[in-house]
Amino acid sequence: MTDRQKEKRISRLRDYAASLCFLSPSLLGVGVFFILPFGVVVYYSMIDGVGSRNFVFLDNFTRLLGNSAFLLAARNTLLFSALAVPLAVVLSLLLALMLEARIPGKSTFRTFFLSPMMVPVASVVLIWQVLFSYNGSVNEWVMSLGGGRIDWLQTDYNIYVVVLLFLWKNLGYFMILFMAGLANIPRELLEVADVEGASETYKFFAIKLRYLSPTVLFVMILSLINSFKVFREVYLLTGDYPLGRLYMLQHFMNNTFRSFDYQKLSAAAVIMAIVMVVLIALLFKIEDWFGKDVEG
Amino acid sequence: MRKKKRMFSRGVMFVLCLVFAVLFLLPTVLTITNSFMSESEIKANYGMIFSTTGGGFVSKHVNLKFIPDRVTLSQYISGLIKSPNYLIKYWNSILLVAPIVVFQVAIASVAAYSFTRWRGKIRDGIFFFYVILMLMPYQVTLVPNFLVSQWLGIINTPWSIILPGIFAPFSVFLLTKFMRRIPYSLIEAAKVDGANEWQIFTRICLPECRSALYSIAILVFIDYWNMVEQPLILLKDADAQPLSVFLSNINSGEIGLAFAMATVYMIPSLLLFLHGEEYLVEGIANQGSVKG
Repeated sequence: MTDRQKEKRISRLRDYAASLCFLSPSLLGVGVFFILPFGVVVYYSMIDGVGSRNFVFLDNFTRLLGNSAFLLAARNTLLFSALAVPLAVVLSLLLALMLEARIPGKSTFRTFFLSPMMVPVASVVLIWQVLFSYNGSVNEWVMSLGGGRIDWLQTDYNIYVVVLLFLWKNLGYFMILFMAGLANIPRELLEVADVEGASETYKFFAIKLRYLSPTVLFVMILSLINSFKVFREVYLLTGDYPLGRLYMLQHFMNNTFRSFDYQKLSAAAVIMAIVMVVLIALLFKIEDWFGKDVEG
Repeated sequence: MRKKKRMFSRGVMFVLCLVFAVLFLLPTVLTITNSFMSESEIKANYGMIFSTTGGGFVSKHVNLKFIPDRVTLSQYISGLIKSPNYLIKYWNSILLVAPIVVFQVAIASVAAYSFTRWRGKIRDGIFFFYVILMLMPYQVTLVPNFLVSQWLGIINTPWSIILPGIFAPFSVFLLTKFMRRIPYSLIEAAKVDGANEWQIFTRICLPECRSALYSIAILVFIDYWNMVEQPLILLKDADAQPLSVFLSNINSGEIGLAFAMATVYMIPSLLLFLHGEEYLVEGIANQGSVKG
């Protein structure tokens, strides 16, 4: 080995050591609190009990997939995501486009739209109850317009109420992401389109949406994840055992925690992790395919 | 012609924005104004919804009211001064959230420096793993958190929430994105002057990221100030619960009190918002996309 190679090797080793020094506190914590226990969760999901520890491979998963409470929770959660994610993407993009159109009071509107993200859900949940209770304000308005009362919170309609609460809470945040994306579109491109006499619709679909595709992807991922977190809103609005379509995966997990069924819990966590990884990989693929011609 | 059309569409958008603004502000404003109502006024207005006990007038129709007939601080006095219950929960919230914000940002800034300064296949792979971990919902992370807390014997103590919170990868991700934007020439120049890595980190990177650190601290604060899932699983003891969980358990006979405590609970985050909105917006905007 020449001296030069030796030197190179030493400096590379030194780099590794330094990077590890800075990373170690975080890596240690992530290892202890997330990676290691998740390994145990995977192990638990394939044995028949913490006591006997017989390897049963996929039994827990088939048992879980036959569990009606889990299926109900999974179905409701997916239904909620299917409703909330597209609405969140479209509406927040709409808000961003409106604020981009140079209307007066732009920054004030931005503050207003963003404000819900700072308000703890627990703080405003009372108002939502006043609005949507059986004797609540919304029903008063519906009746004054000649409609019939609807039991918003106790029937299948309750999922729409929570979608509304979800949008209220999250739209401002996503709007900021879209505004940043819009600001990154090269001005010259839009000016050329203007000179060529392109219509607003054409400009939107042919230029803006193309450049926004990474943002669309990111907002989709974030709203998907937030839609899995919507248990919070549901719990604060309707408690531990909600009626209608609001029994979510997190409710299932909470109730399973109470009975200390680690096998069921672990299997559920592993399934969720797999579903998430698959969904995210899928979204990445879509984004690659959709936005490849604007990269760089 | 074209100009006229543009003016018209801008007018339509302005009106739409106004409508949205009202909808967005309504729940927050109503919560705040209603907190200044006396118990009897609350009962009269909302008695139909929240089954109340005791006498007094109850309106047949629910009245969603913006302005109280008579402004009173009585709810605040009974919630904050007459009984210690709420103050204890408030204190619980602070004790949980403050260490998480401080230490998560501190540990993340060191880790972000590492991800910024040294790249390579393995290290970029680790970073990508952090991103995936950041994207995992509670249904995935809470079971591991629960198991570790049991092994360490910290279940039912605040540590079971604080420790995983400190190592949550969100700040690492965001801060790395900020740090990678620092011009490399700055670091190179410091190296030529003989600065070691720690000096580059504390004297160049941290000051360059000051606004990013603030915005990330705000984001982490809101996230944990609003928490519900973790305390429900990890803290069985009702006295140890933060106010975000406890607010929902308020007796339906005390709705006025609930409005007042809800308002008190949103004050810190609203103040942070008003003070740091620009930073916050910058912080959100810089997330951009998950890649790179």
